[in-house]
Amino acid sequence: MASLDDLKKRIASVKSTQKITKAMKMVAAAKLRRAQESAEKGRPYSEKMNNVILNLSNGISDKENAPKLLSGTGQEKTHLCVVMTSDRGLCGGFNSNIIKKAKSYFAKILDEGKELKIITVGSKGNDQLKRIYGDKIIENISFKESKNANYFDADKVGKMVIEKFEAGEFDVCTIFYNQFKNVITQIPQAQQIIPLNNEGEENSSEESYEFEPDEDEILSNLLPKNISTQIFKAMLENSASEQGSRMSAMDNATRNAGEMVDKLTIEYNRSRQAAITKELIEIISGAESL
Amino acid sequence: MSEEFKVEIVNPEKSFLVKDDVSEVVVPAFEGEMGILKDHISIISFLKPGIIKILSKSGDENYYVEDGIVEFKNNNLSILTSTIFNLADMDKSKQQDLLKQAEEEADKTDINDQSKYLADQKVEVLKTLN
Repeated sequence: MASLDDLKKRIASVKSTQKITKAMKMVAAAKLRRAQESAEKGRPYSEKMNNVILNLSNGISDKENAPKLLSGTGQEKTHLCVVMTSDRGLCGGFNSNIIKKAKSYFAKILDEGKELKIITVGSKGNDQLKRIYGDKIIENISFKESKNANYFDADKVGKMVIEKFEAGEFDVCTIFYNQFKNVITQIPQAQQIIPLNNEGEENSSEESYEFEPDEDEILSNLLPKNISTQIFKAMLENSASEQGSRMSAMDNATRNAGEMVDKLTIEYNRSRQAAITKELIEIISGAESL
Repeated sequence: MSEEFKVEIVNPEKSFLVKDDVSEVVVPAFEGEMGILKDHISIISFLKPGIIKILSKSGDENYYVEDGIVEFKNNNLSILTSTIFNLADMDKSKQQDLLKQAEEEADKTDINDQSKYLADQKVEVLKTLN
């Protein structure tokens, strides 16, 4: 059995850990509110963007010559995966969930004999993926300096993706991120952004638009922007998810630390009492023997 | 019958401005300035760098934009843009910063004609603001 002193030290150390996790939980909660707010504020833009593109792509008469970003290159040989994770740890299963989802997708692609290229956004994803897929990672981006997700960063990623697409480096692009549902639930998502996937979305508006200049030109201007927008949306969802995930992870940690303190305190009291009893017995039996 | 319609400006971060008592909006469309009044035909167009003028009962407002898309439908005007500044809030130094950026961009030699044109436009618009 551990000595009284050791127990005391352990209780103190668990308590200070608890203080840290508690503080981290509070910080995450405050950040979560902000992140959630900006995720919600960012939604109108991506929704509107989607709507316009939907209207446009339905209006396009000549499907054969549609921009490649919309219709694809006509083959599916090389896949580019953009895996978006956080730059910081201690956020529960947040990163592992994305990685798990991404890995199963990677395995599927490689099984089909297709080529795989990976861009990691956020250092945690890179750390986890480089062991197995190190040779597949072509780029690693990290926005450690930016405090909040901002459009400028997303645009940088978007431009890079488009550049690579135009250079013919890949045919299909998928982004991986966590969609924020609520504090305890984040759903890892795989979203295909090139070619644009409009399946399942019914065209509700039959209205015809006037276009200025013509559809093709607007589309070819709009589609690159849409890529950045989708990436930005993913970044916003991700940052809200990260904070939510961290909050619940830290909440759990705080609770576990509390339980541990209770357990250790009981053990401490028991051994203290045992020591006292032992001393008493010694005194009494000493007195009796006289 | 009122002659007013609704305008909404959104940027990626948030809904920038919503106004429903607007009588006319002038946007710098790609092929020239375009005034939009109530009951305009549904239109989609995109913007070049320039000034958006919003005329309404509660006063006129001017915004500087660098790019964007406009969609007008059922008397709803949506403007999607990634860079927008209210001219009333924009001071000289901010303006100079933007101008410098734009000039640097325009001076690049390795850009294609369209980006070159857009950069030149930016410089031109920003200069007229002074």
